[in-house]
Amino acid sequence: MMELTKRFKGIAEDPGLSFAQKARYLSLEAENSLPYPELDEETAKALEERVICDMYEGHAPFKPRYVMPDYSIVLEKGSTYLELDPATTLDEAINSLTIAYHHVPSVTNMPVFIGRLDDLLLPYCDDVSDEDLYKKLELFWRYLDRVLPDAFMHANVGPTDNRVARTIMRIDAELKQIAPNVTFIWDPEVSSDEIFSQACQSIIECSKPHIANNPLNQPLFDEYGYGIASCYNVLPLCGGASTLTRINLREVARRSKDTADFFENTLPKYIDLNFRLTEARIDHLFNKSGFFESFLVKEGWIRKDRFAAMYGIFAMAQCVDELQAKEGRTGKYGHDETANKLGHRISKALYDAVEARPIENVWRGKAMLHSQAGLSDDDGCTPGVRIPYGSEPDPVSHVQALAEHHAFYPSGVSEILTLDETVENNLAALKQLVKGAFSQGFREFSANISNNDLVRITGYMVRLSDIAKFKECGGSRTNTTVLGAEAADKGKILERAPRVMSHELAPRYSQ
Amino acid sequence: MNLPLATVSKVLKFSCVDGPGSRLVLFLQGCNFACPSCHNPHTMKLCNDCGDCLPVCSTGALTIVQGKVLYDPSICEHCDKCLDICPINANPKVTQYSVDNVLALLDQNKPFLNGITVSGGEATMQLKFIIALFTAIKANDKLKDLTCFIDSNGYLPEAAWKTVLPVTDGVMLDIKAFEGDLHSQLTTRSNERVLSSARLLFEAGKLHELRYLLIPERTDTAKEIAELSRFVGALDSNLPLRLNAFQHHGVQGEARNWPTMKQPDVERIAQDLRAAGLSNVVTPAVYI
Repeated sequence: MMELTKRFKGIAEDPGLSFAQKARYLSLEAENSLPYPELDEETAKALEERVICDMYEGHAPFKPRYVMPDYSIVLEKGSTYLELDPATTLDEAINSLTIAYHHVPSVTNMPVFIGRLDDLLLPYCDDVSDEDLYKKLELFWRYLDRVLPDAFMHANVGPTDNRVARTIMRIDAELKQIAPNVTFIWDPEVSSDEIFSQACQSIIECSKPHIANNPLNQPLFDEYGYGIASCYNVLPLCGGASTLTRINLREVARRSKDTADFFENTLPKYIDLNFRLTEARIDHLFNKSGFFESFLVKEGWIRKDRFAAMYGIFAMAQCVDELQAKEGRTGKYGHDETANKLGHRISKALYDAVEARPIENVWRGKAMLHSQAGLSDDDGCTPGVRIPYGSEPDPVSHVQALAEHHAFYPSGVSEILTLDETVENNLAALKQLVKGAFSQGFREFSANISNNDLVRITGYMVRLSDIAKFKECGGSRTNTTVLGAEAADKGKILERAPRVMSHELAPRYSQ
Repeated sequence: MNLPLATVSKVLKFSCVDGPGSRLVLFLQGCNFACPSCHNPHTMKLCNDCGDCLPVCSTGALTIVQGKVLYDPSICEHCDKCLDICPINANPKVTQYSVDNVLALLDQNKPFLNGITVSGGEATMQLKFIIALFTAIKANDKLKDLTCFIDSNGYLPEAAWKTVLPVTDGVMLDIKAFEGDLHSQLTTRSNERVLSSARLLFEAGKLHELRYLLIPERTDTAKEIAELSRFVGALDSNLPLRLNAFQHHGVQGEARNWPTMKQPDVERIAQDLRAAGLSNVVTPAVYI
């Protein structure tokens, strides 16, 4: 108990945290002082060794990880619990949404999904001028960033070309806020080339939106459809995901004698243990927490039978490299055909195992495999099936190496392509890259336009030896260290947590 | 039939700086200029099999068999010591590509591409291959919507341009300098052919972009910029003109002592050119 009160005191007195951040960490500590949902010995050991992982969601799951409400309910019918009438104007609709967001929990206690906004708001826009629409949505956007400062809070627009989607993407590119995150849902049968171009141009300007491949996602869901939340989760609307657990594939490979042992023994063993962990957590949420007594269910914002179990994996790159070494092969994941094929085989084995196992209290009775983006302290493990940062091949080879994985991850693949800033002058190239990736089976496309220090300006080649030399001397074109050192002298600025956080990446107090 | 082969120093599957949209780029080995300012001097000459590079190759990727230097890309670690030691600015790490090889490469990467660009070196030194390749692309049902571009120093004579233009969609052309002696100093050749190539390509509707490399105290002088402005204006004031800035990246020899071109000066020159009526002046996205 002394230890616990010391930790509480540490958080309460930490000068680097805002009071809201303190309140959150204190509540996490309190939850984690409760006993964990009952696990058998073997599962508890695997969790302790972090071969399987609960994303530090907390010891007493009393809310689903991701809630994806059908916000049209509160707009069209109002809410008895919140004493809201149906919305009749755009102002009322935005007002109802901003109220609703505060009552939608998630793993971070902030909403990770704020709706397919064009579907929700378009019915209220008929009498609104373009100028008014812009102004109202701009204020809405500012409100979201300042009041719900979580980088994983996610808005969706598309696939139709409409005023709300266009205006939101325009505002998002102009304001360049961290929150909210945005996905444009693209469908070649529905989306116009103009709005697709606008989405790509917006990526150039602010690395947002993500683009989702609707023809690959839509068929997995029913008439309620799907939404995209956080980074990068494709989940049933009017429901969400109860939990996200994950397997550290590197650790599984380390515990295997060779590839055959990996596929025949260790991987099936840890797949089973991760299922047991998932089941224990879902059991607590459904049978002990009382969450589903909430007005959210009673009023129809969500349905109890529409919550997925996200079954995550990460460190595919390290897993494959580990197995390659055990087989005496040197080819690296992301670069070598044999290594890449081994990765695809692992994804397929995972998919088949997850599809084969029924699980209770889960949407459609099966978990959904997920290529998981990572936490801030993953100890050298690469997120999901990604190629390690800094060693990615050219964008086309990158997509070709990974495309085959995407079919196996129905609840999403977190993937980022790093592009040189020279693409800023060539929108057509970016559009073609997105279309190429989608034609090869990519479910979603996220790009980061980076200040790469070794880019080709025009005409000539960058040699690999230049890159090696560059890394040796540690050079950087954009030198910000002077500025940083100056700021550090003037106080503890570097130690202060940023206002807008990626709360999912920091699920515990780490001091 | 004796089908042409290309001597290729590098292939890029994705480029967004070598013409419109996303492009596959073939860098062909060999150049008829010898610019001190070259960013890729190792692409200038063809290997003469002297074998000087063999001792510095630590992986054994380079061998000499029956007087010919051979290269095994599968074990090369790209330390590039062979390029540094080469006495003639050549490259032992080249691959011979047939037209069919390139068609297969395009086929494999087609969903990602708007077109192909042949660059160099000086691509037009392997003109026979380019004509065969572009003709084959345009005759191929799966590939014919890819555009075919050439990146050139413009030294190709008029008659030769006329053999390749029917299968070429566009050319990016470099002009190194306008004053004759300066051009000779910077390239070892005179610029008459380059300037007439620019006019010829423009008249044919195939001049996609002119490029001009700004080198401090050499090509950024008021006189050169005035000539540049006059030349482009006489063709078409809307013609895309890309200003490149001389940097030390990849440069070897005396030009490493030349000053680099700074962004404010490039932007000032771009402004002057715009003020003179040129409406499509593009400056570098980054300076390295």
